[in-house]
Amino acid sequence: MLPDHKALSKQHPLKKAALPPQLVIPLQQQAGGVNTPLVEVGDTVLKGQKIADSKNPVGAPIHAPSSGKIVAIDERTIPHPSGLPAACITLATDGKDTWADRAPIGNRYSELPAETLRQAIREGGIVGLGGAAFPTATKLTPTHPIDTLIINAIECEPYITCDDILTQHFANEIIRGIDILLRLLGAPHCIIGIEDNKPDAITSLQHALKAKPDDRIKLTVVPTRYPSGSEKQLIKLLTGREVPSGGLPANVGVVCQNIGTVYAIHQLVMQGNPLISRLVTITGEGVRNPANLEVLIGTPIHQLIEACGGYQENTGQLIMGGPMMGFTLEHDQLPIVKASNCILVTPKTPEIKQEIPCIRCGACEAVCPAQLQPQQLLWYSRSGEHEKAKKHNLFDCIECGCCDYVCPSHIPLVQHYRYTKSEIKTREQEMAAAEIAKQRFESKTKREEALAQEKEDRLAKKRQQLEKKTKEQHTDGGTKQDAIQAALARVKKKKDAQDAPKVTEPASEPATNPTDDTPTPQTAAERAAAAAKRRAEKKAQQSPATNPTDDAPAPKTAAERAAAAAKRRAEKKAQQSASTNPTDDALAPKTAAERAAAAAKRRAEKRQSSAHRGPS
Amino acid sequence: MHFQSAMSPHTRSAAHTGTLMKNVLYALVPGVLISTELFGWGVLINLAIACVTAIVAEAVVMKLRRRPVAPALLDYSALVTACLLALSLPPIAPWWIPVIGVLSAILVAKHLYGGLGHNPFNPAMVGYVVLLISFPRELSQWPAPGDMLTHTLSVTETVRFLFTGILPETVRLDGITMATALDYTKTQLRLGDDLATLASHDSYGWLGARGWEWVSLGYLLGGLWLLYKRVISWHIPVAFLGSLLLVASLFALIDSTYFSPPLFHLASGGVILAAFFIATDPVTASTSPVGRLIYAAGIGVLVYVIRAWGGYPDGIAFAVLIMNLAAPTIDHFYQPRTFGH
Repeated sequence: MLPDHKALSKQHPLKKAALPPQLVIPLQQQAGGVNTPLVEVGDTVLKGQKIADSKNPVGAPIHAPSSGKIVAIDERTIPHPSGLPAACITLATDGKDTWADRAPIGNRYSELPAETLRQAIREGGIVGLGGAAFPTATKLTPTHPIDTLIINAIECEPYITCDDILTQHFANEIIRGIDILLRLLGAPHCIIGIEDNKPDAITSLQHALKAKPDDRIKLTVVPTRYPSGSEKQLIKLLTGREVPSGGLPANVGVVCQNIGTVYAIHQLVMQGNPLISRLVTITGEGVRNPANLEVLIGTPIHQLIEACGGYQENTGQLIMGGPMMGFTLEHDQLPIVKASNCILVTPKTPEIKQEIPCIRCGACEAVCPAQLQPQQLLWYSRSGEHEKAKKHNLFDCIECGCCDYVCPSHIPLVQHYRYTKSEIKTREQEMAAAEIAKQRFESKTKREEALAQEKEDRLAKKRQQLEKKTKEQHTDGGTKQDAIQAALARVKKKKDAQDAPKVTEPASEPATNPTDDTPTPQTAAERAAAAAKRRAEKKAQQSPATNPTDDAPAPKTAAERAAAAAKRRAEKKAQQSASTNPTDDALAPKTAAERAAAAAKRRAEKRQSSAHRGPS
Repeated sequence: MHFQSAMSPHTRSAAHTGTLMKNVLYALVPGVLISTELFGWGVLINLAIACVTAIVAEAVVMKLRRRPVAPALLDYSALVTACLLALSLPPIAPWWIPVIGVLSAILVAKHLYGGLGHNPFNPAMVGYVVLLISFPRELSQWPAPGDMLTHTLSVTETVRFLFTGILPETVRLDGITMATALDYTKTQLRLGDDLATLASHDSYGWLGARGWEWVSLGYLLGGLWLLYKRVISWHIPVAFLGSLLLVASLFALIDSTYFSPPLFHLASGGVILAAFFIATDPVTASTSPVGRLIYAAGIGVLVYVIRAWGGYPDGIAFAVLIMNLAAPTIDHFYQPRTFGH
């Protein structure tokens, strides 16, 4: 089975990381609402002061981890799989660590309504500390009645021990935190799930439960088996209930909270401390003295490595998170964020074994916690059979990496699934967009036809009337001429009036230049193809980096395929709209092609970011 | 300081396809030793010829396909194919029999379909069927078990016979060959004999075909070791042997004078070898657990049907190939339930 390597970081005691001269605090550290800064450069802030928030109820504000002065609010690289920069507040600490006024709820929590507690948790900036960083207040607003609160102390990823250490030190606080949550949720039961490789933490919890007996809380020790800590798998393990695909734990009457989150809630309620620090495991064979540190959010990683004795001689990868689901960082000048549970430095690996063909041995299927058939999904992913991949429930894959780990052919299965998932999503979005565009185009054509018909009818009627009139007045020459003139003028005026609103529409503009209509879509198609090619080439460049022994032809073909597909798509779209109404003023094809190009661009950007995003 | 970037997971187990295949080869050892003891040096010589042919064919074809040769040889799949085919052949078959068989297996059944992992049919069984249809005489000349021979061929005599067809002067071909129990039973039953009179024939042993019982035991030992090492799962051997036993018992109950007893079926021919080593080829078998049960049960039934009513004394190769054909359909219908569905 998976070796746990946990002893490594448990050999040194928990300590507090030194206060760094500068803290870089990303504005966005959670799912949900986008935070905007509440401070300006030059402001002095106190420890625990709210410095960024959003109006979205799903969200979590950001607080100053220490006292000092805001020196910058700008884009900086943050620890994210995409490696892209994002808005950050930089705080120069003053060394005094002066707290802002805190107003802890204290023991009154048992009398307060749930909504007040929930609001306090949101205001305290608390998010899930297990790695997903989902706003806790939202998770504590279940859509269904909850009978069981599950506390996730599994920590199944190898190397990581921060929850273990936290539990050993703060078991009493955690039990109090559970009481707060049970009251908030009105749930009658709580199960603490913990793996049997944490005997000290288990003892601590048992002592805490003995000191303060609470028959609502049950401690369940489960065998060490990755990925038991995955939410849905844990619920099944502890309660036997299976969260339906696409559903939430609340669907089966359960809410899950990471044990670190419970401690953070305790600190907030009892001490008034917002979430400004967390325990981080600094470990791996590439670090001299692996340990667990209490770290302020925003502390640069290199300072933590230094606090742990620096790097060993031959370092390979710098990983945020565990070896199974973490993501690599290119350098250590990045801050710790709320979701950072572990910094893992691996030794330089001699050589990655070459990938060989899948023999469908089924080792992956045997270990898949989602009970998927990875071997079949690989087949469909490779051949681009998206419907079959979906039918084999590709989207139930939690990207835990078990299949990859056991694969005797060394196939990067999870990479294939991530890629196919994003392909399918993009295609579905495109199709939805195309459908809307088609509907809009058709209704516009209908509208215009109706208008034209109406005009025609009116003109015909007028003409008839006029002819009738002319017949009647055929002796009176002068009046006749005048009448014709007048009628023509009226018709012209009416026509102008009808055309006028159309002129204001950008739609009719290309009509003035009818020769323009073919080149534009073609250029757009070409543009889309070029963009796709660039994108694919970039991907190809990236993938050899990720797997240097990988053979070149595959990415190249993938690049060509992507480019060709984009071109085909764009051309088809252009053709479609052109052929629907060949006499049309060329606006539609142009917009369609442009849309395709824009979609390709959007997609490219999105894929770039999503390709790197680790499973959360 | 700059670090390598990569996608998760960042760690891998030491498992390797080559190791799996090597384990399969190791697991064949007891059966091979017993086979050699009973049927002479031809067993080992056949194996050697087949292995050399397989390595050369694999290397050449990979070169022609402009793919790396070393990984293909180091996955040991070609050797497994060669050994399984060689062990299915009569140990006194001339040298070109294993050569043609292995070439058919590696070139046609494996690489024409795209190489390792892409072949729909079990390469060893394709090779065997090609030989069975093309050279029925060579394929039916089985040596008599050693304990029945007055003269056992030495290594040099065997090599000479396999490569030139010349036997020592004192030995005649029908002196060293004997119809297998399956073959004999089929022929005699057609002639109207009943089983009770046949059972006293020399080709019958204490359980199944004479000598074959011991060879089967050897393969069973290796197969159990493969199960223990988790190279194979229990589904295929259990379903294959189970269905064969079931059908054989049923018909033996109906008419025990015409239908051989169920244990005779298990201990004769290549049943045990096929149940643990051939039908378990993951590339050509069904891939889901339920699918594997159906797939293997199908093989068991087909083996019985061919043995009881078909034109060949043993039906394993055809049964396996037919079920290979059905495997994708079985997989299509027996997709296991996904978590949360």
